[in-house]
Amino acid sequence: MSDSFNKLPARSRFAAAGAGLVVQNRFASADNKGKVSGVLFLSVMLLALTISLVAITAILAWAFVEGRTRLDLDLIFNGPSTVNRATAGFSVAIQGTLQIIAGVIAIIIPLGAGAALYLEQFADKTKWWNRLIELNIQNLAGVPSIVFGILGLAFFVRAPFNLGLVAAAGSATIALLVLPTVILASREAIKAVPSSILEGSLALGATRWQAVWLQVLPAAVPGMLTGVILAVARAIGEAAPLLLVGALTFVTFPPNFFEGGYSALPVLIYQYAGRPQEEFQILAAAGVLLMLVVLFVINSFAIWLRARYERTW
Amino acid sequence: MSSSVVSARSGARRVSLRAEHPHYGEKVIIAFLFIAAVISVAVTTAIVLALLQPLPRFFSEISIVEFFTATEWSPGFARPQYGVIPIVVGTLMVVVTALSVAIPLGLLSAIYLSEYAPEGVRKTIKPILEVLEGIPTVAVGLFAFFWLRPFIEYLTPWLPWGGLFSTGVAGIAVGLIIVPLISSVADDAMRSVPRALREGAYALGAGKMRVALRVVVPAAFSGIIAAFVLGASRAVGETMVVLLVAGAGSPQLNFNPFEGIQTMTAYIASRATGEIAVGSIVYDTIFAVGALLFTITLAMNMLAIRFVNRFREVYD
Repeated sequence: MSDSFNKLPARSRFAAAGAGLVVQNRFASADNKGKVSGVLFLSVMLLALTISLVAITAILAWAFVEGRTRLDLDLIFNGPSTVNRATAGFSVAIQGTLQIIAGVIAIIIPLGAGAALYLEQFADKTKWWNRLIELNIQNLAGVPSIVFGILGLAFFVRAPFNLGLVAAAGSATIALLVLPTVILASREAIKAVPSSILEGSLALGATRWQAVWLQVLPAAVPGMLTGVILAVARAIGEAAPLLLVGALTFVTFPPNFFEGGYSALPVLIYQYAGRPQEEFQILAAAGVLLMLVVLFVINSFAIWLRARYERTW
Repeated sequence: MSSSVVSARSGARRVSLRAEHPHYGEKVIIAFLFIAAVISVAVTTAIVLALLQPLPRFFSEISIVEFFTATEWSPGFARPQYGVIPIVVGTLMVVVTALSVAIPLGLLSAIYLSEYAPEGVRKTIKPILEVLEGIPTVAVGLFAFFWLRPFIEYLTPWLPWGGLFSTGVAGIAVGLIIVPLISSVADDAMRSVPRALREGAYALGAGKMRVALRVVVPAAFSGIIAAFVLGASRAVGETMVVLLVAGAGSPQLNFNPFEGIQTMTAYIASRATGEIAVGSIVYDTIFAVGALLFTITLAMNMLAIRFVNRFREVYD
């Protein structure tokens, strides 16, 4: 286009450029003030995004600046102590969190995958109970975490389960809290597998379950796993429901899953922060940094997993 | 070849396409999957039961009128009062502040991501926003308590700051937490507005900003409202930030954002951690406030789901 334009005699070029300018002015005048406000609007939007980014950086910076003097191995290997304030750590809480997470994973993988497979592959959407289940899961995802704490207090700690204030109760509570998000993520992963995979398998004589188990599920596993990992990341940071099911007891010994008191990383951080001595506030900040680093590693792994195994059909 | 077809057709045996075996094992597996799905309904039922069960006992001692109209909340104190209004006002103040921070930030981010950002920028920024959403709320709360509140007080020393806690700063911190939620839901809504609407506006001579604000935003309006409602619901239920930054004291009715206040969630969290006797009236208050909290968030979530569905109906 520009080549042929340059070959024209100068007069025609000027005429064309002039005509272009006239047309441009003519139409631009309608939105002329839009030019200034457009730039203004763009900068306001970028400012809004910047504030979010600054917030993330500031939280990291705070945790590092306040907690940097306690970034040592005592932080991980020492238990809580009110006497040796300078060397107290999170070991008991880390063990509590690990136990809780193990329980959460054991609960959410079968239940999350099972519910998602049922809703995507076997449920008849015209039946009212299936629609009820779907609506219910959507709603459950929006229930405040503290309400799950009340559920745990009423059902797991006391009758009917009567577990007491133990790590198992915390684990079950957190598992139910993250279950809806696992189901929603797993459904997305299953939905992303094209129906031709299922239909091809059925056409070759596989039963419905064989087709789902051997063809659809393997293709959906990376996406479902990503959902589980993100749920685990969320479970590590949840403190509010654990406050109600006993994680706030001050324990200095490693927890037993089914008896005795337990603690969890975010809850012990909260506890340390509430103490008046400065050492404990520094310790809380160091704990936050530890938790953020762990979460960062987990989330990066989930993103890597999604990118590595993501298939476009 | 053709003869075999003919013979098959003329043969007396009719070929059944049904499975040769009844596959009972498969029915068992599908029953298990169904049970896994039904457990979510059981969880909701259990929540409702857990919340409702202590209520008859509670409301037989405290009149329901007093609960909803009295203006002092001090269960467990020497002269206990059971008016829920102060902690509802506390929650409301946090939510209003949070939304006034999160709505502009979230909506502007969403407009940028959906209408302006090149694909590469979008692919970098979205995970970063997800990081903000994934930061544990206890971390955000500690940051806001130890740094943000003193920092804002330093910037604005003429404001009537009182004590260590601040409802307004708690609201700002909660607002930062819900920005990613609002921006991702609003972004999804705006991206599913059909291209033709934008092209039509461009053809009529509209500029980029005009298309974004006058065409895309109104077209995605119900999805954007759903984003706001979901954000508000999340802010109502937020616990750790509020507990840390707004404190859990001050049972008095208080509208001052520069002082601390108690919210519904902070009350539940602070109450349940103390040693309280099961079956006492103070223990029951946890469930009464929890039931109120659950009802409010449930209503908001249902509203948001309806908005999203209405939006889907228009464009799908």
